[in-house]
Amino acid sequence: MAQTVFAPWDNPDEKPLIQFKNVTKRFGDFTAIDNLTQDIYTREFFALLGPSGCGKTTMMRMLAGFENPSEGQILIAGQDMAGVPPNKRPVNMMFQSYALFPHLSVWDNIAFGLRREGAEKTQLAARVEQMLKLTRLERFARRKPHQISGGQRQRVALARSLAKAPKLLLLDEPLGALDKKLRQDTQFELMDIQEKTGTTFVIVTHDQEEAMTVASRVAVMDEGRIMQVATPAVIYEQPNSVYVADFIGDVNIIEGAATPHPQADGYSVAWAEGQPQFHAKTNRSFAPGQKCFLALRPEKVAISAEPPEEAANRIQGKIIDIAYLGNISTYHVRLPNGTMMKAQTANTRRLSRRSLTWEDAVWLSWTDTAAAVLEG
Amino acid sequence: MRRALLIAVPYLWLLALFLVPFLIVLKISLSDTALAIPPYLPTLDFTEGWAGIWGFLQELDFENFTFLTQDELYWRAYLSSVQIALISTVLTLLVGYPIAYGMASAPEHWRATLMMLVILPFWTSFLIRVYSWMGILSNEGLLNQLLQGLGLIDQPLIILNTNTAVYIGIVYTYLPFMILPIYAALEKMDAALLEAAEDLGCSRLTAFWLVTVPLSRQGIIAGCFLVFIPALGEFVIPSLLGGSGTLMIGKVLWEEFFNNRDWPVASAVAVILLLILIIPIILFQRNEQKQREREG
Repeated sequence: MAQTVFAPWDNPDEKPLIQFKNVTKRFGDFTAIDNLTQDIYTREFFALLGPSGCGKTTMMRMLAGFENPSEGQILIAGQDMAGVPPNKRPVNMMFQSYALFPHLSVWDNIAFGLRREGAEKTQLAARVEQMLKLTRLERFARRKPHQISGGQRQRVALARSLAKAPKLLLLDEPLGALDKKLRQDTQFELMDIQEKTGTTFVIVTHDQEEAMTVASRVAVMDEGRIMQVATPAVIYEQPNSVYVADFIGDVNIIEGAATPHPQADGYSVAWAEGQPQFHAKTNRSFAPGQKCFLALRPEKVAISAEPPEEAANRIQGKIIDIAYLGNISTYHVRLPNGTMMKAQTANTRRLSRRSLTWEDAVWLSWTDTAAAVLEG
Repeated sequence: MRRALLIAVPYLWLLALFLVPFLIVLKISLSDTALAIPPYLPTLDFTEGWAGIWGFLQELDFENFTFLTQDELYWRAYLSSVQIALISTVLTLLVGYPIAYGMASAPEHWRATLMMLVILPFWTSFLIRVYSWMGILSNEGLLNQLLQGLGLIDQPLIILNTNTAVYIGIVYTYLPFMILPIYAALEKMDAALLEAAEDLGCSRLTAFWLVTVPLSRQGIIAGCFLVFIPALGEFVIPSLLGGSGTLMIGKVLWEEFFNNRDWPVASAVAVILLLILIIPIILFQRNEQKQREREG
């Protein structure tokens, strides 16, 4: 049986857990969040992605209650959070630095929040044991934070923030301090825990790979505004702006003028004088001669020594550089007018049997649906 | 070899300037008082050889220590010193902690200046600063003039020459020794810890008790010892600011030496004082060691 797709944001009857309503946050004359409206739903794994200073951390701190919006409203489960201090919110946060209490053992760190609730002793112990088990920390319960490794500390921080079973868990760059391998393992662990506990997660990160891996939806932010909110696949395949296309992954951006194609649907894009026009299909509409941008992912560009037949777009160029990454290679190809373009192929054959090398004249080709046509 | 030499320098220093004088004081405390120069007997005479040394040792006894237990003045002075030192330490902590806390939470570019202000009084002689307190606290002093000028009191407050003046003097003098270690502990603290505590359900006040205070514990302990140890033997402050009713062992010691010219009894008083101080000093050392182990 096929699983139903988790997409509460498409269901108009679904009530959002978190609602940002025209929220603005200013620090002095700096606007950190600019009139932002956004819903986040129960059981979502919502990622705030953006460069540093884009306002993603401010959004999270407003949810936790450490900052108050200058204007607008934040609702959690329908309740206005204005004036509700951090200790009275159904929200817990996992801090970037983990913020583990150095004078308390792992066990006491996890029990800290439960004790403040006045939880009954046996219940408290049971809950702490459960958290230790969930994060596989049973063996370290008696240790102090400085006696365990970075990865273990990260798990203590997670266990501590989950112990009170919050409606909403905020994760501030939770994996930033871990090395790459451990980070990847932990990402899957996080998703697993999120699924097991059914908690809504909001994660702040500047690592797009991390956001793409863990999140049900990603919000790409820039200068206090959300540029696009969508599933990772949509963000990647159908970015709504050059900013989003450029921020996520590798991309070739080609500026040109669109004219509706006389025969097929779609547009012809004149991008450089004396060069053949490119063809692209899109459901956006452009006026004849309107400025547009083609966002073309390198892996969607095929590279071959012989001219390809029946390609919607093809152009000749010369290989200037090859970035060999093991599983894939990225070719930097110079087009006749000097424009550089990136094409990527998976290295399914051994190195010695590949034919393309530096200075080779090659053909680049792609289909008419490969590129996203953007207004700016 | 070089390391041994390096270590030898401070040890020789301590040997010459601490251990040898202490042994001399210990020897005098075991001697008898005499009308002579120096005012005690016996004195060591090497000209008579081993017999002379043997005779010298035989004349030493614990008579002066026995005397200290018989006259209630001495143990009352010890007790009163411990009491005054303890109360002053608590008062200094109560005044110093908020200052240290304020410094640690001040904006970073202000901290060096605030630290400077705490250390600034050391640039003036200790004695002059204590004398100036006499000018402030006396019946016609600045404080009384101010309060009377504001119409808050009719009669001058009698502060000088009471224990209150001694407490004020000790708290004032030793405040930096309390502030600096606590500040050092608080400054290291990650501000995110308090946010984490609040996030987990603490009010500001409980977060302070459960996180800030335990994390500054080492600083509090260090500061308390740094105030208690010198305050216990304090002599200048009680003699200048205290009254006839202020009984402190440092003052007794001074009177024994210079007024009574009874060097052996005075030395015995000093030896006992040192023994009393050794207990907190050892505790202090252990606290420091623990802290180093924790950080290391």
